[in-house]
Amino acid sequence: MTTNNSAPVSGSIMVVGGGISGLTTALEAAEVGYEVFLIEKEASLGGRVSQLKHYFPKLCPPTCGLEINYRRIKDNKNIKVFTMTEVQNVAGTPGDYTVTVKTAPRYVNENCTACGECASVCETEISNEFNFGMDRRKAAYLPHNLAFPMRYVIDPSMGTDDRDKVKEACKYDAVDFDMEEKTIDLKVGAVVWSTGWQPYDATRIDNLGFGRYQNIITNMMLERMASSNGPTLGQIVRPSDDKAPATIAFAQCAGSRDENHLPYCSYICCMASLKHATYLREQYPDAKITIYYIDLRAPGLKYEKFYAKLKEDENIFFIKGKVAEVSEDETTGNIDLVAEDTITGDKIRQNVDLLVLATGMQPTAAIDKPAADLNYDAEGFIVNDFSKGGMFAAGCANKPADVVTSNQNATGMALKAIQTLVRR
Amino acid sequence: MDKKYGVYICTGCGIGDTLDIEDLVEIPEEEGINCTTHPCLCSKEGAALIQKDVDEGKVNAMVIGACSRRVNFDVFRFDNCLVERVNLREGVVWPHSRETYPALTQEQKDDEEHFDRIQMKAEDYLKMGMIRLEKVKLPTPYTPESFSKKILVLGGGITGMAAALDAAKTGYDVTLVEKTDALGGYAAKLRSQMPVSAPFETLQAPVVDKMIQELEGYPTIDVRTNCEVARIAGQPGEFTVTFKKPGERIPFDVPFPLPEEMMVDETGKELGPEAAHEKFLEYNEGRLDILKLDPEGELYGAVILAAGWRPADLSKENYAHLGLDLPDVVTNHEFEMLAAQGKIVRPSDGKPAKNVVFIQSPGKDEDDADFDYAGSVTSQVALKQARYVTEDYTDGRAYVIYQHMRTPGLQEYFYKSMQQEDGIFMTKGAVTGVETQGDNLAVTAVNTLLGENLALKADMVVVAAGMVPVTKDDPVVNLAYRQGPGFRDNDIFGQYADSNFICFPYETQRTGIYAAGAIRRAMTIEESIEDATGAALKAIQCVESANRGMAVHPRSGDMTFPEFFFQRCTQCKRCTVECPFGALDDDEKGTPKANHTRCRRCGTCMGACPERIISFADYTIDSIGSQVKAVGVPSEDDFDEPPLRFLALICENDAFPALDMVGLNRMDYSPDVRFIPVRCLGSVNVIWIKDALAQGMDGVILIGCKHGDDYQCHMVKGSELAELRVKKIGDALSSLALEEERVAFVEVAIDEYDKLPKIINDFVEEVDALGPNPFKGF
Repeated sequence: MTTNNSAPVSGSIMVVGGGISGLTTALEAAEVGYEVFLIEKEASLGGRVSQLKHYFPKLCPPTCGLEINYRRIKDNKNIKVFTMTEVQNVAGTPGDYTVTVKTAPRYVNENCTACGECASVCETEISNEFNFGMDRRKAAYLPHNLAFPMRYVIDPSMGTDDRDKVKEACKYDAVDFDMEEKTIDLKVGAVVWSTGWQPYDATRIDNLGFGRYQNIITNMMLERMASSNGPTLGQIVRPSDDKAPATIAFAQCAGSRDENHLPYCSYICCMASLKHATYLREQYPDAKITIYYIDLRAPGLKYEKFYAKLKEDENIFFIKGKVAEVSEDETTGNIDLVAEDTITGDKIRQNVDLLVLATGMQPTAAIDKPAADLNYDAEGFIVNDFSKGGMFAAGCANKPADVVTSNQNATGMALKAIQTLVRR
Repeated sequence: MDKKYGVYICTGCGIGDTLDIEDLVEIPEEEGINCTTHPCLCSKEGAALIQKDVDEGKVNAMVIGACSRRVNFDVFRFDNCLVERVNLREGVVWPHSRETYPALTQEQKDDEEHFDRIQMKAEDYLKMGMIRLEKVKLPTPYTPESFSKKILVLGGGITGMAAALDAAKTGYDVTLVEKTDALGGYAAKLRSQMPVSAPFETLQAPVVDKMIQELEGYPTIDVRTNCEVARIAGQPGEFTVTFKKPGERIPFDVPFPLPEEMMVDETGKELGPEAAHEKFLEYNEGRLDILKLDPEGELYGAVILAAGWRPADLSKENYAHLGLDLPDVVTNHEFEMLAAQGKIVRPSDGKPAKNVVFIQSPGKDEDDADFDYAGSVTSQVALKQARYVTEDYTDGRAYVIYQHMRTPGLQEYFYKSMQQEDGIFMTKGAVTGVETQGDNLAVTAVNTLLGENLALKADMVVVAAGMVPVTKDDPVVNLAYRQGPGFRDNDIFGQYADSNFICFPYETQRTGIYAAGAIRRAMTIEESIEDATGAALKAIQCVESANRGMAVHPRSGDMTFPEFFFQRCTQCKRCTVECPFGALDDDEKGTPKANHTRCRRCGTCMGACPERIISFADYTIDSIGSQVKAVGVPSEDDFDEPPLRFLALICENDAFPALDMVGLNRMDYSPDVRFIPVRCLGSVNVIWIKDALAQGMDGVILIGCKHGDDYQCHMVKGSELAELRVKKIGDALSSLALEEERVAFVEVAIDEYDKLPKIINDFVEEVDALGPNPFKGF
């Protein structure tokens, strides 16, 4: 399509984090006419949402919106995308920052056609982090089938034998082991941090047995299993024996709303579990699903309607009460859980094929603190100071939120960044 | 544009291995067009080769037969040139391999029995690319004659003020319109509000006053109270707005479309167009037509709709068990008004309200939903108001009975903090009755956390009524658009003015009009202020695109726009009615007037027009139609058993990327189908289907995005309209003695690409069973 993007404005904005929030901030600012540097540490844009099968409540694929956003990137000369890149340091003041970024070597250059030959000859395998370690992938891999850029990556752990094989196999001269890490300085007027979130480490929740018993998984792991590009090609099965689960329980607030872990509510887990119930129901029409909750947070017309539909399902049960203890039935691999039905006061013991922990979200910046002068709350969310300006947090870097709210927030942060430039 | 054609074919990525490049090259050369091949066109030398030709003036309209247009977009970008990407890689050689379709030997090439399906597909695509180049041109951008970058904000509450401030801080002039006599909206009436910043633990004074003060410091914000919008005419960048005093009746009030009941006569028969028009004029007596421009109207660039909400009126609801008609049973709104005046006292006798019960859900023990339009705000308001009780009275006691305490995200801190207040008690429970008990009230609840049924004595009872968006009562924006004054399809959202896209929350069905705050869903003050900032960005982005002739989302940057050959218009009004964005207004005769900056360039109008008078610079009936006609349709004159031929029109938003994915994954499907990407299935004109069948093609399939209430279609209605048109074409087909099944419509999401080969093959099989198109070879 023919476009004209000559910017009538001046100044550059940096967006750190190329997930859905970062993409939104970057595109919205670029379409007003500003130059934007989009920095992403992974090999592909898309972030956390590219690991999801569907969004609630429409049950639509995230790749739909991502594809439109990638097209907008392609049509806009104002956006420069840097993958495999992290911010090393931010110096300066609002309106005048010098940001040092470091790009790790991909060992694959722009000649790559994603033909896959390198992966087929490579023998080294590594854990597939895109699937939370549920399967392995070759050390030469495509981040996922809808990656942007659509280019392979080679893990530095690849041995010399494989390196030779891979280099030979590539018909396009795209493999380059001489690539080195590159550090450059970029001058920008404003920085928006959209570094997103990580699933809370469920092994820290002692009483919920994650990591000890195979058939206890997290909500994000279920999301990967349900995805057609996941470790099981879309089939939700029990890790211990690959069997279809007939009874499934969800433990809500696994780590959230908990003084010992995350004191806040992670916003999306109630809706996510409801969504997961629809995934399960689609595959297993007769499966019995029990959701153990403290409060079911499905606020707003659209979410209420979604919840109401699920309430009509006779094989989905909602119990107010936290799952307190779990153990494994060694002969079957089933999970024995103990919960309290806080309404009746009864202790519930349930034996299920699969237990899903609705683990919460932790801001990535809490674990991997940016080298910049930012304000944080006690849990690591970046707090916005609009009077100071210059740097802002968008999406889940700022607060736990769903995609709609993150995108509203990210659109707003594009404006805040522009205001910093304009006030210069 | 004096076109200089050139064809470039890349032989890399398997293209040269699979295809007979010599035969391919003959196609342009037969027409005297220079054809260059290169083993890797996307390399530096490859791109430089093309650039050199461009610089030397040898080519400005080129076909690049290589990879999909979705990749190497930056490499194959040549300014002021027409570039047609012919998808030989993902579209031909990657899905179809020589193992499955072996190459022909020389003898086989010459006989009439064998044919090379892969080569045929490649040759057809090349011809289609070449013919398209002949039919299109580079666009000249359109800018409105008069242009304004001023932002109009409707609503002077928190959201409107925040939006106005944000736009002003970015350097734009703003007019803030408020229909009452004071700024502040609902937020100005509160005693206190929920916290807007970390640590989110305590109530705070309403931020409204500070905001009003801040607003006064901006001379670029023109505040008009006691002011309403009578109509907004025109288009983004050139909105002509008429203001009036609330309640006034003026000639420039916006006309409303005839309500459905009035579109029929006494017998129930639908009125003819003239009779309907007469009734319409009668119904709108005193109101000038939408096309009459107000000479006193003021010019604006974009509009932010922040007109907010009103408290729900529960009187009509069937909540007999809640005792709503008792004087001491009030809504959360009424309670707030009492609290704002001073210490909370009972409406019945003015005595202190020390024991107050808050009821969150009306569903008894049958349904755990909150009241309509409540969202998560009413949960938080109940906590806030419970705190009022303990603020006012040291022995005050507040009981909050909820089904689900909705304090999502960081609002959880507020909940925790209120849980620690002495005097505030909370429990899950189903309230079954509120009745008088002497001077007080008795509230009964079951299924509580306290192990037993609850019977509470209360001085007052507060029910958590919802926040109804004002668009439920009134369109508010009053657009002087032929399709009507309000947003379309708000009934999908319960009358909220919202977008139906999770990824694109501001993209409503009216370009240049952005909704923010409680008018789009129940929001807290903190959420509303944040939403306002986003809406301000979108409004600014809209004016900064319209002034360059560029479309906004989703075809951001597109500079083409629909052009009409009015001499052949038959005033059927189909384009005006079907445009999802209301971009067309028709005059009394029915001739459409295009408002280009309202337009999102989807082409639905082009698809709708039975006379085919609408076109875009690079997208016309002919540009697609000639591609259809360029497809070779072999018949029994060519081969003993000729292959079938199919046309597939695929939406470029989801279906085309999905097809690329199929190729990338080397999945095979019938090579007898010719795919043409279209801007939206709504832009598909049935003439293309008829052309395909008249040519002898055996079937036509349309593949696009999901429609319905949960629509995925990025152009809202396109996919739905396409399906309707396909159904109607069934009649035309039978009159030609062709089976309905030859034309199909399928919805595919981008992540369902793995199902696409089967979908295509099933269609091919179904048509195969019908036999070849009898028109083949004619």
